[in-house]
Amino acid sequence: MQFSEAWLRSLVNPALDTAQLAHAVTMAGLEVEALTPAAPPFNNVVVAEILSAEKHPDADRLRVCQVDVGEAAPVTIVCGAPNAAAGLKVPCARPGAKLPGVEIKVAKVRGVESFGMLCSTKELGLEGAADGLMVLPGDAPVGEDFRSWLNLDDTLITLKLTPNRADCLSMQGLAREIGAITGAQVHLPQAVEVAPRIDDAIPVQVSAADACPRYLARVVRGIDAQAPTPRWMAERLERSGIRPLLAPVDITNYVLLELGQPMHAFALSRLVGGIEVRLARAGEKLELLNGQTAELAPDMLVIADASGPVALAGIMGGQPTSVERFTVDVMLEAAFFAPAAIAGRARRLGLSTDSSHRFERGVDFGATRQAMERATQLLIDICGGQPGPVTEAVAALPSREPITLRLARLQRVAGIELDTDQVTRGLAALGAAVERRDDSLVVTPPSFRFDLAIEEDLIEEAVRLFGYDNIPAQPPAAPSRMLPQDERVLADDALRQMLVGLDYQEVVTYSFVDPAWETALDPDARPLPLANPIASQLSAMRTTLWGGLIETLRHNLNRQQDRVRIFELGRVYASLDAQPMKLGGLAYGDALPEQWSAAARRVDFFDLKGDLERVFGQALDARRGAHPALHPGQCAELWAGGRAIGWLGALHPRLVQAFDLPAAPVLFELDSGALAQRALPRHGGLSRFPQVRRDLAFVLDAHTPVGELLETLRAAAPAQVRAIDVFDDYRGKGVPESQKSLAIRVVMQDTERTLTDQEVEDAVQRLVDAALRQCNASLRV
Amino acid sequence: MRNPNEIVAEALAAILGCADLPALEQVKAVYLGKSGQLTELLKSLGAMPADERKTAGARINEAKQAVEAALKGRRDALQQAELDRQLAAETLDVTLPGRGLARGGLHPVSRTLSRIQALFHSIGFEVATGPEIETDFYNFTALNIPEDHPARAMHDTFYLQGGELLRTHTSPVQVRYMQNHQPPMRIIAPGRVYRCDSDVTHTPMFHQVEGLWVDESVSFADLKGVLADFMRNFFERDDLPVRFRPSFFPFTEPSAEMDIGCVMCGGEGCRVCSHTGWLEVLGCGMVHPNVFRHVGIDTERFVGFAFGLGVERLAMLRYGVDDLRLFFENDLRFLKQFN
Repeated sequence: MQFSEAWLRSLVNPALDTAQLAHAVTMAGLEVEALTPAAPPFNNVVVAEILSAEKHPDADRLRVCQVDVGEAAPVTIVCGAPNAAAGLKVPCARPGAKLPGVEIKVAKVRGVESFGMLCSTKELGLEGAADGLMVLPGDAPVGEDFRSWLNLDDTLITLKLTPNRADCLSMQGLAREIGAITGAQVHLPQAVEVAPRIDDAIPVQVSAADACPRYLARVVRGIDAQAPTPRWMAERLERSGIRPLLAPVDITNYVLLELGQPMHAFALSRLVGGIEVRLARAGEKLELLNGQTAELAPDMLVIADASGPVALAGIMGGQPTSVERFTVDVMLEAAFFAPAAIAGRARRLGLSTDSSHRFERGVDFGATRQAMERATQLLIDICGGQPGPVTEAVAALPSREPITLRLARLQRVAGIELDTDQVTRGLAALGAAVERRDDSLVVTPPSFRFDLAIEEDLIEEAVRLFGYDNIPAQPPAAPSRMLPQDERVLADDALRQMLVGLDYQEVVTYSFVDPAWETALDPDARPLPLANPIASQLSAMRTTLWGGLIETLRHNLNRQQDRVRIFELGRVYASLDAQPMKLGGLAYGDALPEQWSAAARRVDFFDLKGDLERVFGQALDARRGAHPALHPGQCAELWAGGRAIGWLGALHPRLVQAFDLPAAPVLFELDSGALAQRALPRHGGLSRFPQVRRDLAFVLDAHTPVGELLETLRAAAPAQVRAIDVFDDYRGKGVPESQKSLAIRVVMQDTERTLTDQEVEDAVQRLVDAALRQCNASLRV
Repeated sequence: MRNPNEIVAEALAAILGCADLPALEQVKAVYLGKSGQLTELLKSLGAMPADERKTAGARINEAKQAVEAALKGRRDALQQAELDRQLAAETLDVTLPGRGLARGGLHPVSRTLSRIQALFHSIGFEVATGPEIETDFYNFTALNIPEDHPARAMHDTFYLQGGELLRTHTSPVQVRYMQNHQPPMRIIAPGRVYRCDSDVTHTPMFHQVEGLWVDESVSFADLKGVLADFMRNFFERDDLPVRFRPSFFPFTEPSAEMDIGCVMCGGEGCRVCSHTGWLEVLGCGMVHPNVFRHVGIDTERFVGFAFGLGVERLAMLRYGVDDLRLFFENDLRFLKQFN
């Protein structure tokens, strides 16, 4: 909402300068978004008349003008503007004038002395470009100061209003509000009843009374639609961002700005029969004022005549019945349309109008007649004409029930006690009827406030008028109870820090991705599509973090980053009920940053497996598996707690090519929640007896996984065996083709005594037997 | 008998000529060994007359001590030299870089979220989470946002084809939490939110932290106290100016916008604060009774306040990031600046 400060001050004029007023209004919840001077600073410019304009003797494009500046004798001014001509009234900068960027002096121009400068809008800083002198109307008073004649010492105030404050979408409403905020006296425009001078009336039938509880119509005959709009009105419209068009239209716009009541003027001769306010019928269309033809839906309210819809109620009038230059008879409309009947319809048609904006939020149903009288008065004053009587159809208007404001509740919510007299005065200044009881106020809101219905609404108003800044900021008192800390849970922050310690950089990628990535990574993926994506590459909800990680890799490879180690902790999306948190990671390039004492080596499967083991320890189990996105020979399914929780592997060569990568990254993704729960440590005692180590070398089929052998050995091991681990995997000389040799370390220890040689040998024999029996692995000799 | 002094002179010269410990041991054998020269001399004492034996014995012992002392001195010196050689040989250029992996880092949004959580945790706020694909009910209806509120329009909200939506704020977590817990409650709900908007100052996904405190006696003054405390601690500026302006949110009443004095220009006015000296940093208010009613909390017994802040906004102000979009480009050159 933009308006002229001078207009506002004609209604309420608090003793505050512009900046103070803006601050007061902002702190009361009407945020001032911008303060713009109506014109840039300049001085010593007067209204002047060109008496004569002769060609300059020594310059083809210059003219020597005799100019009346309101003094006894005309002055000579050399002017280069193409439109300089005798009889024009123009702004004239006198010697000594300061214009934006230039100071005017008496100067010789090609030998002719010039006493000032005739100005274009550009030279005065009023517009960015101009193609000649600014031409003033014929009635401009010669010699008068240009700034004061056009009221240029004004400020345009732009407010960012919240949707609950529709009452402030008019000068009258703003004046009332600012009166309540500042205590300044308010001079509201008075409604004067305009007596009918003709009997012509138009029948009005409201068939949708819920949607239109009040409809006023009035015929005015014999107007001059081409009468000039008075300068004061044009100025106020322009400073509110509305371009003056034609007097009757300007008048309805002016009333909208002044009183907040959207109005419409119909060309009476184009209306057929009476007016009906009804819902649109299926298939009806209407050509609107903006040239658009609207397909009307059955929940859209229309103004219709016998021929069909003539206006989209509360939104926009129709083109065929609009007022034009030669219109002589009009029908003025002022109505109250219920917010629910208007809300959303304009947007559905791609429209947003000053009218719909107000009706959607609530227009004062108590001021419909005031607006009609005001518009009629302005119309006959400016365009002449004979008004008929007002036809009014009224149904059930919204009610304004009294609301009880308990003073104790007010204090409890605010946190301090507010002075009851002050609260009472403030609510009354907002237009409410306030009745004081012992421990409460009974408040009946005014018709223009659609946001006051319950006690909290009044608490907000009371606190707002008191000033939010006047409420103390106090640290709240609460019982000092400790928060539970589950030691078994690995917190997300701790998980992140471990990965950071392992040289992974955290990334945050979009939750919506290119669906093509999804199907490339898993042909069976069915990512949820967005109904209204912002772009096709952000149009489906991700089912894996890998797409975003690979895209991040590509982005960084294109920026000369050739070693990329990243992770993301975020959700993937299967449905409303399944949005699990996943931990995904990707490593690409060298295993280590290039350094002086380590040979360069590309990161591989076992680097990442080691990283995951460092983070999750023994809980994580990697088994052979197949995933469509991963290299079939370098792919492991990750298991924990007896269920599959994710995948680790090198990107499939087919996808390396599809994503146009120079080499394959290694990726992992797992269900982070599955590993968050960990056992509480439990001390198992220390043995005082020596431990014994035996190294065993098994030869077995090269395809038998180490995990299978280890599992077999661990299952067969007696209680004294503390650990069984692999420490070498050898193939080649000395080992038959298609076989491998695995070196296994067995550590034994008893808590009660030193193991005898016989016990050690027996244990080893059990392991060797089991290996042979279950894995066909024999001891290497 | 040979003059012991001659032998000593000879021995000392030999000792001095030893370049290493084995050579020194050989010299020791020549003079002090079983048949060493001084040992032999001592053996010859027995054949001497008794009156000479004493003085001769004393002279030989002196000579022996002198040789032993020289041997020890030389041994020490050789050992020291050996150690010095070893130390010199093992000396490293300690200014060479260390070996192994580098260190990664947290995303600045994560870092900021951790900081926000830690500050609220310190006064007893627990973390709550909720789904990002949400229903109309939790995202709007339960938060008292009526059917025709502009926020519901396709323009702002991402919808799935099944009619679900991507939450436009973290406020639905409030509702879900209140459905399943009894007051008093003090939670923050961090997470991703989505708006159908993308330009220089908007990304279609960003992060919010929602906060909620419900108890029998929390007031607007408490709300101001907690949030002012938070901002001053977040920016580590005890004198940070804050102000609260009336605003409108369907789910709070009274509602407020909180501004802080511009941390970029110190309130002088700059591009970041649009020359106002103030930065809008969060929306807040007292929980609207309609929200309590949706979750069955007694509005007479309990009051509460709620707030929602934008994480990227705070991160930008805290770390001087001038372009929101950088957070989601994941350029390592950007991310590593926060490590």
